[in-house]
Amino acid sequence: MRYVDEFRDPELGRALAGEILATVEPGRHYKLMEVCGGHTHSIYKYGVDDLLPANVELVHGPGCPVCVIPMGRVDDGIALAHEAGVIFTCFGDMMRVPGSHGTLLEAKAQGADVRMVYSPLDALRIAKANPEREVVFFAIGFETTAPSTALTLKRARAEGVANFSCMCNHVTIVPPLRALLDSPDLRLDGFIGPGHVATVVGARPFRFIPADYGRPLVIAGFEPLDLLQAIHMILRQLADGRCEVENQYTRVVPDEGNPRALAVMAEVFALRPHFEWRGLGFISQSALRLSDAYADLDAEQRFGVPGVRVADPKACQCGEVLKGVIKPWECKVFGTACTPDHAIGTCMVSPEGACAAYYNYGRFAREREVV
Amino acid sequence: MADVSDREQRILGIIETARAKRARFRDDRITMSHGAGGKATQSLVEGLFVPAFDSPALGVLGDAGLVDIDGVRLALTTDAFVVRPLRFPGGSIGELAVNGTVNDLAVSGARPLAISVSVVLEEGLDAETLREEVDAMATAATRAGVNIVAGDTKVVERGKADGMYVCTTGVGRVDDRAQLAPDALRPGDRILVSGSIGEHGTAIMLARGELGLEAPIESDTRALWPAVDVLFDAAGEELRCLRDATRGGVASVLNELARASGVAMLVSERDVPVRSEVAGAAELLGIDPMYVANEGTFVAIVAPEAAQRALAALRAVPGCECAQDIGECKGQPPGMVLVDTAFGGRRVMDQLAGDPLPRIC
Repeated sequence: MRYVDEFRDPELGRALAGEILATVEPGRHYKLMEVCGGHTHSIYKYGVDDLLPANVELVHGPGCPVCVIPMGRVDDGIALAHEAGVIFTCFGDMMRVPGSHGTLLEAKAQGADVRMVYSPLDALRIAKANPEREVVFFAIGFETTAPSTALTLKRARAEGVANFSCMCNHVTIVPPLRALLDSPDLRLDGFIGPGHVATVVGARPFRFIPADYGRPLVIAGFEPLDLLQAIHMILRQLADGRCEVENQYTRVVPDEGNPRALAVMAEVFALRPHFEWRGLGFISQSALRLSDAYADLDAEQRFGVPGVRVADPKACQCGEVLKGVIKPWECKVFGTACTPDHAIGTCMVSPEGACAAYYNYGRFAREREVV
Repeated sequence: MADVSDREQRILGIIETARAKRARFRDDRITMSHGAGGKATQSLVEGLFVPAFDSPALGVLGDAGLVDIDGVRLALTTDAFVVRPLRFPGGSIGELAVNGTVNDLAVSGARPLAISVSVVLEEGLDAETLREEVDAMATAATRAGVNIVAGDTKVVERGKADGMYVCTTGVGRVDDRAQLAPDALRPGDRILVSGSIGEHGTAIMLARGELGLEAPIESDTRALWPAVDVLFDAAGEELRCLRDATRGGVASVLNELARASGVAMLVSERDVPVRSEVAGAAELLGIDPMYVANEGTFVAIVAPEAAQRALAALRAVPGCECAQDIGECKGQPPGMVLVDTAFGGRRVMDQLAGDPLPRIC
């Protein structure tokens, strides 16, 4: 595949792996967090971590937008889906995320009209095709997907689609990072910055990480060579004693981000005072709601959702796993109350979360030399 | 540090015990995941049907059940087809219903003899559509060398079926050269695929028109007995096992076989034949072709000394020109499928939890 294979060249990968090996200090252990779920996916898909020296460990961060949605919000979504006359639309990977009483996939089996869409515009199209039904779009994602939701709401307003509304679960990337960095027991040496989010917000919002917390961050693309190069750039900074925001993904990410996308978001959304994150608890100013100007398209206002907060079980230690303080298997509920089939925390919900990966492949990691 | 690693070992032990247990069916309702061919399907089959029906032939979990009648070994299989749309590039439900069942017989080592066809028709179905599908079944049966010897017809109210559903049952005679068993795999055995993968599932996804993508991709639906026949001649008893890589794709088949035989598998991603159109569509959708359904492609496990012969014989069969040796069975870690990625890393290729859902991030 042209324009893709160039970024997956195994020869260049081996060369970069060699440079990484030459950059690390033997005996020093490096913990780097890839913030974005898309990076985690690429790391698994291509086996990128397999090319790293044993003393470079990747910690999977809080950037999987479906996994961080707390149980209470999933329950609210399911309650909306069960409302008479509602067509409930969401992205495919949201359908398997557990609430306190099952998933949207199970709600569908119970008779709710839940439909998978590939874009919020598909949801708007369904609304226009079914004027007698109420169509709700369950919006999720970081700054990456928020502009497309905003544009869809603007179009719904412009076209006067009265039966369309949005349950907004958009979150922002900086507050959870700050929450992680604020904890005194943080054991991370650097960050692989989220390339897609940075396409929208630019590089500037990440400058506080080196400035205030003394950790380097390199914004990275999603191909395996992007990741290896970004890891090399972080390790290089650590070796040189530098600490700054660097942009590996220059072919896509401008320093100032995408001003038009930011303007649309500012018009359609407003910051929530606080929002609950699965496994991380409440984080202030970490999520978006519809702005007052768009309140009439807000599904939470149109229908009134139960809004019952479902507490994560107290023993869930996703926060510590994300900070790199404990290993997945050291969590009190790991492998007993919390398994991939009945996941509690964000790290187990996503198949690429640190806990799910360890549950499924921990034995492999232990025995990989044997193969 | 010693007690830390002891605790880790203990927890890994608990997980291994839990994973080795027979899958249990504990869900309150059937969801679409139970039909996707992954873990949920497995829990339904192994946790509900197999224990309830309690028959040794069923317990083997092969593509067909084997029945011995006065020394004659017969293979029996049945399959339901609910594909939407009814016609798609490269095939249609009628052709699929015949090929799917004769292929389950073929990969069980049986020459297909006869099949039955039951149709569930939806009120309002266009008669021309039905005629076309009946013709498609007749043509596919002739091509596969089987007679359609029985049938049944039911009509349900409008809205109760997607136009038509088709169920076929097939019987075949197990070939004397066949010594196939899912637990016969040994370390060192080679893993072959009979053609390029992922075409049927991709063709169906695109034919639904929901993705706004167009690509010249056709279903690979075809009868497989001719290919199986030459494999028996080429590899004989050194052919360990065959599996039709339908729902759940090649990845699911490899996981089933690795588990059944207690071997590991190491696949070389670079050697897996995928047409560039399929690779492109899968890339856009965020889906791995290894998990996408095929309807005319199988996995063959062959003893190492027969692998070259088997591959050469396969490639001479029309439709199998792209057959490839994609990897090897290993001793450790048992029950796991690993992939050496084209990029140069190594990862686990697990069973699917449910339908492959597109990712947002």
